[in-house]
Amino acid sequence: MVNWMRWFPENVSTYGGDVDSVFALIYWVGLVWFVITLGTFGVFLVLYRRRQGRRAFYITGEPLRQAAWILIPCAVILALDLWIDWRGAPAWAKVKGQFPPAELTIQVTGRQFFWEVVYPGPDGKFGTGDDRQFNNEIHVPVGRPVRLVLKSGDVVHSFFAPNLRFKQDMVPGRLTGGWFEATKPGRYELPCAELCGIGHSMMNGSLYVHPPEEYEAWVKQQWPAATTADSRRPR
Amino acid sequence: MKDLLPTEADTRHLETHDAGLGFWRTWVFSTDHKTIAKQYLAWGLFWTVIGGFLSGVMRWQLAWPGSDVPGWGVVGPAAYNVLVTMHGTIMVFFVAMPIGLGAFGNFLIPLMIGARDMAFPRLNMLSIWVFGLASLVLLVSFFVPGGAASAGWTGYPPLSGKVEYTGSNWGLTLWLLAHALEFAAFLMGGVNFLTTALTLRAPGMTLMRMPLAVWHQLAAALIFLLSVGPLIAGAVMLLLDRLIGTRFYVPGSGGDPLLWQHLFWFFGHPEVYVLLLPPVGFVCEVLPVFSRKPIFGYRWILWATGGVVGLSFMVWAHHMFVSGMDPRLAMPFSISTILISVPVAWVLFAMIATLWRGSISFETPMLFALGFIAMFVFGGLTGIFNGSAPVDIYLRGTYFVVAHFHYTLFSSTVFGAFAGFYYWFPKMFGRMLSGPLGRLHFWLTVVFFNLTFFLMHNIGLAGMTRRTADPRPFEMLKPHQWINEWATVASFLLLAAQIPFVVNVVRSLVAGAPAPANPWQASTLEWSVASPPPHLNWGEALPVVERGPYEYSVPGESQDWLPQRRPLATGA
Repeated sequence: MVNWMRWFPENVSTYGGDVDSVFALIYWVGLVWFVITLGTFGVFLVLYRRRQGRRAFYITGEPLRQAAWILIPCAVILALDLWIDWRGAPAWAKVKGQFPPAELTIQVTGRQFFWEVVYPGPDGKFGTGDDRQFNNEIHVPVGRPVRLVLKSGDVVHSFFAPNLRFKQDMVPGRLTGGWFEATKPGRYELPCAELCGIGHSMMNGSLYVHPPEEYEAWVKQQWPAATTADSRRPR
Repeated sequence: MKDLLPTEADTRHLETHDAGLGFWRTWVFSTDHKTIAKQYLAWGLFWTVIGGFLSGVMRWQLAWPGSDVPGWGVVGPAAYNVLVTMHGTIMVFFVAMPIGLGAFGNFLIPLMIGARDMAFPRLNMLSIWVFGLASLVLLVSFFVPGGAASAGWTGYPPLSGKVEYTGSNWGLTLWLLAHALEFAAFLMGGVNFLTTALTLRAPGMTLMRMPLAVWHQLAAALIFLLSVGPLIAGAVMLLLDRLIGTRFYVPGSGGDPLLWQHLFWFFGHPEVYVLLLPPVGFVCEVLPVFSRKPIFGYRWILWATGGVVGLSFMVWAHHMFVSGMDPRLAMPFSISTILISVPVAWVLFAMIATLWRGSISFETPMLFALGFIAMFVFGGLTGIFNGSAPVDIYLRGTYFVVAHFHYTLFSSTVFGAFAGFYYWFPKMFGRMLSGPLGRLHFWLTVVFFNLTFFLMHNIGLAGMTRRTADPRPFEMLKPHQWINEWATVASFLLLAAQIPFVVNVVRSLVAGAPAPANPWQASTLEWSVASPPPHLNWGEALPVVERGPYEYSVPGESQDWLPQRRPLATGA
C-alpha cells in the first residue's frame, strides 16, 4: 500500500520504464515533501497548543525577511517542478512524439462497444481485399515496433493498454496514432478509458504478444494464400 | 457623517425584508443577503443529500456488482452512467458552488466589509430564484423518459450530442438547461459580490484591511465571471446540435468534438479554483482566531491567490494530454499545471506558519481547518502526478484521478465548508453548537474520508478506469476487488459520520444556548454586531474601521485581540 509503484501492472513495453521512472521521481519527491510539511504541521500543533499563562507571539509575516520562511520553500518547489518537467519531457516525446519506423501498422477503431482491429494484410495497405478484421483482439510479435492508427466510428473512446503504459483517445473525424514495442509474450487487457455509453465498462479487448515463431504461425494461419516470400507481409 | 446613516433607499429596503412579514415575504421575497445566504445553504444541503445518496448506490454496485441495492434495485449500466453523471454535476454545481459562494459569500461579504446589504439586493433575490429554477429543472430531469443525463459530468460530444448514443433524451437537454440557469444565477451573484466589495466598504475599510474570506470570494467570483462565457457559448452550441441538428461538434461538416473539450476545460479547470478559493478564505479566518495570531503574510497570500487566478486560465489542456490534440502542446501545459503548485503551496505554508508560536485551541472550526490543510497538502501532491504529461498518459481516466480530486475537492469544500459552518453558525443562527458533538463529527469524518478515498489511488494504479459500472470483466482487477468492498463500507460509514452533525444542528436550533455577539473573541467586523445580525446589519450608523482584520496578541495590549472597530486612541 505504501510503495505505489508496486501497484502498477507489469510493464511490457520499451517506453513504460521511462514513464514509471518519472512516476517514481514524483513519488519520492512528493513523499519527502509530505513528511516534512505534515511533520512541521504536527510539531507546531503539539508545541503551540493553548496553555495557561502563555501568550501567542505577534508576527505578521509581512516583511520580506519573515516571508522568506514561506518563499524559500516555494523557490525549492519551483526548482523541483521544473526538474520533474525536465525529466518528463523526454518520456513524453518517446511515447507521443516521433514514432520509430514500424513494419507492422494496425488500425484500431473504437466503436460502441468494441475495438475493431484491422490488419492491412500482406500488401501492407489498408482498404484492399486482403485486410482482415478481428474484433477486440490484437496480435503482435514481441520485440518489434508496432504502429497504431486510431479512429472512432461514433463517440470518443480511449484506447488504454495498462501493461504498455499507453493511452490515446480516439476522436470521431480525426486520426490519432501511437506506437509500442512489447517486451514480453502474454495476454494483456485493453479497457476503454473514456465514457462512451451504456456498454463502456464492458469494453475490453486483448493484446496478444507472441514470440516470433508463434506470431509467424498466426500470420500464416490468417493469410494462408500469402505464405510465399513477401517482404511486406506483417511480421 | 451623512453617508453613515441609513439612506431613504435603505429604509425602503428595510421595509421589504423586515422580520415578522410571514413566510412568503420572508423566505420568497426577501432581498436580505442573510436570508438569501440561508436559502442557498438550504438548497446546497438538499442537493448534498441527493448527491450523497447517488454515490452510495454507485459504491454498492462497485463493491457487489449485480446485487440488489437496497432502495434502488439492480443497477444496470445505463443507470450507472446516470449515477456518475448526476453525482458529479450535483456535487460541483449544486452543492459546492451554492454553499461555498451562494451561502457564505452572501452572508459574509456585506457583514465583513461593513455594508448594509449587497449592492443589488433585488438582483440577489433574482439570483436565488433562478438557482431554484435550475434546481427544479435538474430534479425534473430525473423523471423524464430515457432518464437523466448520462454522458458524464463533462458531457463530451458526440456522446452528449445524439440521443442514440446514450439513451438519455430530454434528461440531457434539461441537464444543459439547468446548467445555463445555474450559471445565470452565479453570474448575477458574481457581479454583485465584486460590486459590493468594491463600492460599499465602510469608512476605513481599505482593500488591505479586507478579511481574506472576502478576498477569496472575490477571486472566485472573478475566475467564474472570466471563464464561464466560453462554456455558455459551448453549451448553447451543444443544445443547438441536440435540438435543431446543427453540427458544431459533428466531424465531417466543419464541426469538431475537441472544440467542446477546449471550451469545457477552459471553464472546467478554473472552476476547480472557484470551488477551492472560498474555503481557503474560511480557513484563513479560522486559523488566526484559534491560534490567537495574525495570519502569516496577509499581502503575500494575496499575491499567491492572484497567481492562482492567473495560472488557472493557463492549465486547461492538461485534461487533454491524450485527447488527440497536438502532442507538442502537452509540455507547455504540463509546465503551467505543475507551476500552480507554487502559489498553492505558498498559501498552505502561510497557513502552517500562522500556527508557529501560536496559542492553539482545538475547537471544532479549528479542527476542520486543520483537516483541510492536512488533506489538501496530500491532494495537492497527487496533482503533480496528473500534471506530468508522461505520467498522465497512464493515470488519465483511472481511479487515481478520482482519488486525487476527492482529496482536493472533498478536503477543500467539505472540510473548508464545515470549518466555516461551525465558525459562523452562531452568527448565522444566533445559537451555539455543541463542542463534543462537533469534535466527534470531525474525527469520524476525517477517519472515514481517508478510508474511503485513499485506496482509490491504488486501484487506479492497478488499472481500474473511471465510470466503470462493473469491475468483473477485467482479469487485472480481480485481485483488487477487496478495495472496492473496503471503500464502499468506508463510504457508508462516512455518510453515517454526518449523523452527529445533523443531531448537533437540529438540537442547537431547537434548544441551543443563545450565541453572544462574539463567542470566539474574533476581530473581524461581523462579530461586532448581535448574533444573528439585525436587518441592515449596523443599526443607525455604519461601523468605522480602524485597523486590519487579524490583530491578535498585539504586544502591549491587555486583551489579546483588537476588534477592527476599536478606535486607535482607546486601544492602549
